[in-house]
Amino acid sequence: MSADSDRPATSAATASSAAATAATASPAAGTAAAAGSLASAAAPAGGRRAGPPAAGPGARQGWSARLGRLASWDVGVIVIAVLVIVVASASVENFGTSRNFTFLVLDLLPIALIALPMTFVIVTGEIDLSVASTLGLSSAVMGSLWNHGLTIETIIPLCVVLGAVLGAVNGLFVTVFRLPSLAVTIGTLALFRGLALVVLGDTAVADFPGGYTTWVTGTVGGSAVPNVLIPLAALAVVFAVVLHATPVGRWAFAAGASEQAARFAGIRVGRLKFWLYVVTGAVAGLAGVLWTLRYSSARADNGSGLELAVVAAVLLGGVSIFGGRGTLPGVLGGVVLLAALQNALRLSDVSNESLNVVTGALLVVSVLVPNLIRRTRAALAVSRARRRGPTSLSPPLPGS
Amino acid sequence: MTTVEDSVRTVPARGAVPARASVLERVLRAREISIVLALALLVIVTAVGHPSFVHSQSIRDILLGAAIMAVLAVGQTIVVITRNIDLSVGSVLGLSAFAAGSLLMDHPGVPIIVAVLVGIAVGAGCGLVNGLLVRFGDVPALVVTLGTLYAYRGVAYLWAGGSQINADELPDGFLKFGTATVLGVPYLVLIAVAVLVIAGVVLRSYPAGRQLYALGSSPDGARLAGIPVGRRTLAAFLASGVLAGLAGVLFAARFGTVDAAAGNGYELNVVAAVVVGGVAIFGGSGSVWGAALGALLLTTIGSALPVLGVDQFWQQAIVGALILLAIGIDRLIAARVAAALKKRGSHVR
Repeated sequence: MSADSDRPATSAATASSAAATAATASPAAGTAAAAGSLASAAAPAGGRRAGPPAAGPGARQGWSARLGRLASWDVGVIVIAVLVIVVASASVENFGTSRNFTFLVLDLLPIALIALPMTFVIVTGEIDLSVASTLGLSSAVMGSLWNHGLTIETIIPLCVVLGAVLGAVNGLFVTVFRLPSLAVTIGTLALFRGLALVVLGDTAVADFPGGYTTWVTGTVGGSAVPNVLIPLAALAVVFAVVLHATPVGRWAFAAGASEQAARFAGIRVGRLKFWLYVVTGAVAGLAGVLWTLRYSSARADNGSGLELAVVAAVLLGGVSIFGGRGTLPGVLGGVVLLAALQNALRLSDVSNESLNVVTGALLVVSVLVPNLIRRTRAALAVSRARRRGPTSLSPPLPGS
Repeated sequence: MTTVEDSVRTVPARGAVPARASVLERVLRAREISIVLALALLVIVTAVGHPSFVHSQSIRDILLGAAIMAVLAVGQTIVVITRNIDLSVGSVLGLSAFAAGSLLMDHPGVPIIVAVLVGIAVGAGCGLVNGLLVRFGDVPALVVTLGTLYAYRGVAYLWAGGSQINADELPDGFLKFGTATVLGVPYLVLIAVAVLVIAGVVLRSYPAGRQLYALGSSPDGARLAGIPVGRRTLAAFLASGVLAGLAGVLFAARFGTVDAAAGNGYELNVVAAVVVGGVAIFGGSGSVWGAALGALLLTTIGSALPVLGVDQFWQQAIVGALILLAIGIDRLIAARVAAALKKRGSHVR
């Protein structure tokens, strides 16, 4: 997040090519990494993409290698997720049943839902740690309004709007007051959860209309496919298309790769981030509604700690915590991998609290491993460049 | 000629340096004074309506709570100054409290100091893991400690299961250590003050301490200046882990009841205390004194709310609002200081 501001600005770029320009916007970082003097300082800013241009003569090879590398993490995660499911079906009792499939989808629903907009937020180089508290406040307000006699048809849109408003609070602090999103969302993590406690205290509201609760937990026509999978899949498609095939997605990548370059390219980075926070809040509010209906229980502590699972799934899916890189299919792979692992362990009688070890470790590993791979690659590139002689150490700068 | 010109030019510049320092110093001191004022106001308002609030018993309770929080806040300050963050302190506290508690439960004859050392060792191990991951893994501290926040807590649950250590299972000497006083001042407070003074002096007057500030202000600059950035970062996380481990033992001694959930959510209060105490979340400025005052303020708010008849459920919301308020004010002050320095700079030229 902070690293972006230190990066050198590139030459003028048009909006359409901003992402591509931003990808090679760090000639200085690239050469520095090749020279090895500032390798670790430049690594967070330059990232993987800064490496290949510095290799000079190997540019063609670099292209295919780069494509291969970009694909490999996402594909790898998806493959591992499938492997986990296959192995667990074979070795864990009751894992492969259709009933368990329904539960698995219901368990991953809130994580998957929030991971969709969270992918955008992290791609732009920001973070939102308040999503679980937004979910909790939405759930608490839902319970309170139900107690006050409102109809469920009014309450559900109200809760989504509430989530959007909470997201707007985050967005306001991050974009208008220009405060670091980490600090802001730690603050709102406490604030929103605190407000949820104020709204509902330690009581629970449980008497939601049966039609809605059974729809959320029910399946499509008696098959194993839960009803909620349909809206989730629809949203996932929408988010994936927006991220990978529309200007909005390209703005997000450009803003995350280099905020300054993106701004010079005419992208309204602040406005983009503000609306991303609003969308994240709205989706978290919706997740709060679904959570409440699924367990037919509105409680202030609903979804406590869920932000970890969401961030873990997004990073596991190959999104860079420094912004500018990631794919939505990868994130969905990360969500499924995390949920399948947890489900299999739970069926093997591992307690919920102990599962946190797995989630926490996966979160760290998902950032650690790509970093180590990149470092090893950078070290290899340096030694290769040294062997090739001094000329390859000063390639033509792409920006000049 | 050139020498005269140079000397003429350097005179106002030399004069500007102390003035610049005083602007910053005034800002920092203003933060600490404003916390003290807020604290005094809170105590007076509460005490006027409810005189029992300033009874020695209730003051002692606040000080005991603040002592544990302050030890954590000192460790957090050391990490935050280096432009990192340690979200795992609450879980480290829980793990260390359970380790010290179960040691004393199984071997009641063990001297208290051994329990304290075991707690500190557990904390040091946790802090070392955090530091190694941040230093050698290039993983941002936020991600590492968010992960270990849950991982350490999970380890505590794996170890403790649903079991709980109760006060009657702990040796009396240990529980007395949690409540006993010297000249009316509880041991826990003395320990916290000792930690505070040592950390304060090291950060203020020793090269290692100053290097932490340099590293937080500009990691690249610090590296170019020859500061062992990796080692200092590692040391900061180690210090935070050690202090969280110590806080865990103090927690066990004070409450006597420890389960796997001990210290759950403390990281929020600690970050709040540090930020409210004027430690910039993006590193390079702040003092342990401010952080300790922040911890005292938050603990006092926590005790004053029920006395004032405010629902206890408001407490967390207030913590969140205080974090936002504090970083907002910091931003405002930073902008003001920057503007003032620019003005001063243009005068010189």
